[in-house]
Parts: sequence; structure tokens; C-alpha cells
Amino acid sequence: MPLVRCRSVVCLFGRFPALAGLDLDVEAGEVLLCSGPNGAGKTTLLRMLAGLVPAHSGEAEVLGSDLFSDRRSPRRRLALVGHETFCYDDLTVRENLRFTARASGRDGDEIDAVTDRLGLAALSDVTHARLSAGQRRRLALANALVREPELLLLDEPHAGLDEAGRAVLHEVVAAAPAEGRTVVMASHELELARALATREVRIEAGRAHAITAAEARAANRPDQEVQGR
Amino acid sequence: MNRLNIEEPTDTPGQLLAPGVRHAIGAVALVALAALALLGLWGAPPDDRQGEAMRLLYLHVPSAWLAYLAFFVTAVASVLFLWRRTRSMVWDRVAGASAELGVIFTGLTLVVGALWGRPIWGVWWAWDARLVTTAVLFFLYLGYLSLRRIPGEPEAAGKRNAIAALIAFVDVPIVHFSVEWWRTLHQKATVFNPELSAKIEGVQALTLWIAVIAFTLLYLYLLDRRYRLAVLEEGQAERELEQAIRERTGDAVAGVTP
Amino acid sequence: MSLWREALLVAGKDLRIEARSRVALAQILPFGIVVVLLFAFALDPDRGVLARVAPGLFWIAVLLAALLAVGRSFAVETQSNARDGLRLAGLDGAAVFLGKSGAIATELLGLELVLGLGVVVLYDVEVHGLGVLVLAALAATVGVAATGTLYGVLAAGLRLRETLLPLLVLPVLAPVMLGATRAFEDGLAGAPGDAWPWVALLWIFGVLYTGIGVLAFGSLWEND
Repeated sequence: MPLVRCRSVVCLFGRFPALAGLDLDVEAGEVLLCSGPNGAGKTTLLRMLAGLVPAHSGEAEVLGSDLFSDRRSPRRRLALVGHETFCYDDLTVRENLRFTARASGRDGDEIDAVTDRLGLAALSDVTHARLSAGQRRRLALANALVREPELLLLDEPHAGLDEAGRAVLHEVVAAAPAEGRTVVMASHELELARALATREVRIEAGRAHAITAAEARAANRPDQEVQGR
Repeated sequence: MNRLNIEEPTDTPGQLLAPGVRHAIGAVALVALAALALLGLWGAPPDDRQGEAMRLLYLHVPSAWLAYLAFFVTAVASVLFLWRRTRSMVWDRVAGASAELGVIFTGLTLVVGALWGRPIWGVWWAWDARLVTTAVLFFLYLGYLSLRRIPGEPEAAGKRNAIAALIAFVDVPIVHFSVEWWRTLHQKATVFNPELSAKIEGVQALTLWIAVIAFTLLYLYLLDRRYRLAVLEEGQAERELEQAIRERTGDAVAGVTP
Repeated sequence: MSLWREALLVAGKDLRIEARSRVALAQILPFGIVVVLLFAFALDPDRGVLARVAPGLFWIAVLLAALLAVGRSFAVETQSNARDGLRLAGLDGAAVFLGKSGAIATELLGLELVLGLGVVVLYDVEVHGLGVLVLAALAATVGVAATGTLYGVLAAGLRLRETLLPLLVLPVLAPVMLGATRAFEDGLAGAPGDAWPWVALLWIFGVLYTGIGVLAFGSLWEND
């Protein structure tokens, strides 16, 4: 039984069908990359899987729950790293993480380990408002990890991260299968993301298209040439 | 497949009343309104105490009745929408249509009441429990209508609307009770001189009954028409969405070919 | 985790944010005091009018400040899309309602204390029947916070929320305005016997709307 199962899903962004008949399966332990142009529906897909936006029609199941009848149950077992941190400006890094952990029904013992892992330990007592864009990206990831999710949804995780931040991100994603996490990420940094992904689908105009490993390699080659020049 | 069962206009009746029934109600309402105009303006005698101003009550009383009826219907429809077993966009549309009519008739009640109060009480407005409650009612449901105009996913917006309608409806008896208490405890009725009350009998009573019936039929007719308009608006939105999905999947095919 | 622990968590978070950002203290409270001062400009302070109408003016100032507190409570949730984070955490809607309205009520009680002192000093009001006043204020605050939180989430995330919120909230609060003002008038006039029915009305309102909030907030909170 796949962790995520979508059939002919239509999902609206306002009145616009961001997803228009999407089929997608994600198996446990996968690191799935969703590539595709801007406006293809990647963000809406991740938000729908997280249960934040209702699907309009079709069939959608996440972690064994039907999203049409129950969008809430899967939430405690998944985490979404979106474009924003979901944090409060006036709380410190530690306070934000502790609130997220407690609100998710955890005691917050993992916080120190997570901040160490993501290189945020020195910033623990800094308020969110004073963090730089790159630090916020790390906090967004930390905010997801303190919830120990089975399913980790990453929306453009590379954006705004420096080299060191990307190294941390890669460590987290690479370790995910061993830690029992399944990852679905949407990214434009294809070269970096493909190095991590076990599989890729291309989202285009609200639908998913399978991409084979060979196609992915072929697609990577022109980028490398561009870099080589 | 559509699990919400609320998008398809074909799932729900496109109108509340069968066309024959609607035409009949419309025709009877028209006749009754004409009869009301004739009786109210000429047929019924002026009141002993209130004189010609009494004729305003033939509009005031049925408007007030309709306002309360309409808000009651909105509340019932909202409950039916919130209850899973009866959830259907029908009830959301009925609630909205009825609240719109309710606000219109509440406004009419207040205006006609003021016009009547000026010659009878000597003031446009009195801090009487019924008046104050009606005014609060007007603003309560004006807010509800503003909220309704904000679009959203049909089911989510429907729930939001229904809850807002019930929050407002629960408030009505509390408002009435507190205002009445306030006015009777602290200031004995000054304007409500019982000697000024009209004694309604004979042709006057008949006219009033015709007024109530005419307005009620008018309400039913307008409710059906407003409901129909909501169906057409939703159908239009639905067609636009289908078109958008077709265009989007068309793009996909075009996008994949190199 | 129990409902109450979740509610306390949310309330604690909101109060901690207010304690640190000082928006309630540095903006909402001064706003209330300015309103109290403006009434003195509008009504001649020399003819004893102010002392007579002080309860009504006090509660109008509280209601206006409460609108700001509700707006602030939901503005906090739009920072970095925190509302989505709260939803993802899987908190019970009823707990979020109780937590947020509890935090708003706590802020309002502090505000009422300061404004009350201001009214006593500035309007030359003599305080009698403190017990009735406190019970009436508690009940009214519960009602205002519950109603405000309910409509706050109804309007949150909608365009036009700043203009819509007052239109939605103030008519519903008409009985609270009436009841709290009468209870204060009777209490201050040394006739607490007349005030008790109003206090009872205020408690009924507060409990009723808290109940509606507990039942209804979840689905309003979930839907976009």
C-alpha cells in the first residue's frame, strides 16, 4: 500500500485548477523529486498532501487516510517545509521549536539535537524576526524535524540556502530513508535534487509525468555542459 | 468522481418551486398586492386615533413579519446545511436568498416605522425594544451578507456562512430580551401610549390579513427567483472551472511535445 | 494531550508574544486611554455628565480596544504563515479557540483595570459595589473575547478583514454593551440588587458564545 495515492486529483488554487487530473503514487522510503516549471502545481500538490488545502475532486489518500473525509489525521505524522517558516516573529528559535513540538504532541526533547544538526544552536535565543533569510530556511527545516515526521514534504528546500546550508539539507534528506522518513520534494535546483532523489516525476500543468532514470540523466547533461563552459 | 456532491448544478434542483407553482404564486401575489393597494389606500377607513397614518401599518406589519420569517428560514437552512445528512448547496442558497430578502424587509420595516412614528409619536425614532432589536437585526444580517460575498471553496464557504448565520440568530433573542429589559426597567414606556394603539377590526383587519398574505407570497416568489440566480451564478463558475481544467490539460499535452 | 493542555499552550504562546512585542501594552492600551480622553472632550467635564455616563463610555472604550486585540491575535497567525503551522501541528480547533480567546480575555482584563482606574480618576467616579463590578466585567470579557475570536477566525484570511470585523462583531455584542453598562451603573449607584440580573445575562452570553466557539471554531479554522 503506497504512502501517497492520488487518482485524477483536481485541486483549486482560488478558482484556478492548480492540479487538473493528477495521478501519483509514493512508496514508503522513497525520495521523490517533483520537477516542473513555475505554476505547474507543485506547491499546491504539497499543500494538498499536507491537508492544508482541500482537494476538489478525484481520489487522494495520504498515510492511509482519505483526504476527502479526513484531512487532519495524517498531519501529526507528516511535516511540510514551505516557503515560509510557520514561526512567530517575536519568539526565539528555541521557543518556536518548543511550541511546534508541544503542539504536535511531543515533549520537545529532540530540540537540542535538531538545532545542533542544522547548525542553529548558536541562534537558539535569537527571535525569528532577527534571523536572516538563510537562517530562516534552516529554521523551517528544523521546525519540520522536531515533529519526527514519517512523510517529509519539502517545497523548494534549496532556495535561499548557502553552501553550508545545502550540505545540511543534503545530509537530512540523504539520511531520511534510514530514519524511516519518506520525502517528497519540489525543486528547481534539479542537479542538486536529482543527486538525492530515488525517483523523479515532472509536474506540468497540474499533472504528473513519470521520468525514467535515463531521462533524468540525459536532462542533467545539458546543465553540466552549461556549467562547464 | 465528485465526492462533495455539491459542484454539479444537476445534483440539486435548479429552482425551488415548479414553474407552474411559481407562476401561480407570482400571479396571486400580484393580485393580492393590487388588492392591498386599493384597500389600504382607499378601501379601509382611517383610524379613529391614528388617522391616515394608520395606513402605513399595512406595509409596516407585513414587512416586519417577513423580516423575522426570512431570518428564521435562514437559520433553519443553515442548520440543514451544517447537518451532514442534509448537507446540500440547496440550503446554502436558500439561507443566502432568504437573508437578502430579510435585510431588505427589515430596512423597509424601519423606514416605514419611522414615517409612521413621526405623526403618531411625534418622533422618527423611539428607543423601544422592538425598534432597537429590529435595527440590531438589520446590522447583524448586513454583516452576514458581506461575509457571504467573499468567495471560497463551496463547501468551506457554505459552512462558514451557515455558522455565521447561526451566531447571528442566537443573538436575536438575547438582544431582544436585554433591550426590552433595559427599556422597561429604567424608563417606563413613554411613547407607547395605549390610547394611541389602533383598534383593528372589519375592513382594516381584512386589509392587514391581505397584506400579510400578499407579502408572504411575494417572499416565496422572490426567494425562488433569488435561488435561481444563485444556481445560475454557480453554474457559470462551474463552467468556467471546467473550461480552465480543459485549457490546463490541453497545455499539458502541448507542453510535453517538444 | 488533553484539550486544556493544548488550550493553555496556545494561550501561553499568544501571551508570550504579546509580552515580548508589547503591542497590547504600547498600542492597544494607549488607544483605549485616548478614547477615554476624547469622551471628556466631547462631553463637557464640568457639568457632571461624565460621571453619570462613565460606565457606558468605559465599555465603549473596551469594545473598541477589543476589536484591535482580536485583529492583533489573528495578525500574529499570518506572520510567516504561522496559521498553517498550527493547523499542521494537528491542534484541536476547540483548543485553539479556548487558547486564543483566553489570551484575549487576559489582555482585556488588564486593559479594563487600567482604563477603569483612568475613568475613576478622570471622570471623578466614586466606586461602590466592587464585587458586582468585577463579576460583571469578568462575564462581559468572556463574552467579548469569545465572540471576537469566533468572528476573528471567520474574517481571518479574508480580504477586507479589517473593515469586516467591526461590522460583524459589534452588533452581536449589543447585549454585552447593554448588560455591562447597566450592571456598572447599578453597581456604582449602590444598588447591586438591580445589577445581578444583568450579570446573569452577561454570564449566559459568555457561556453561550464560548460553547458555540468550542463547537464551531474547528471547521472555521480548517477551511481556507
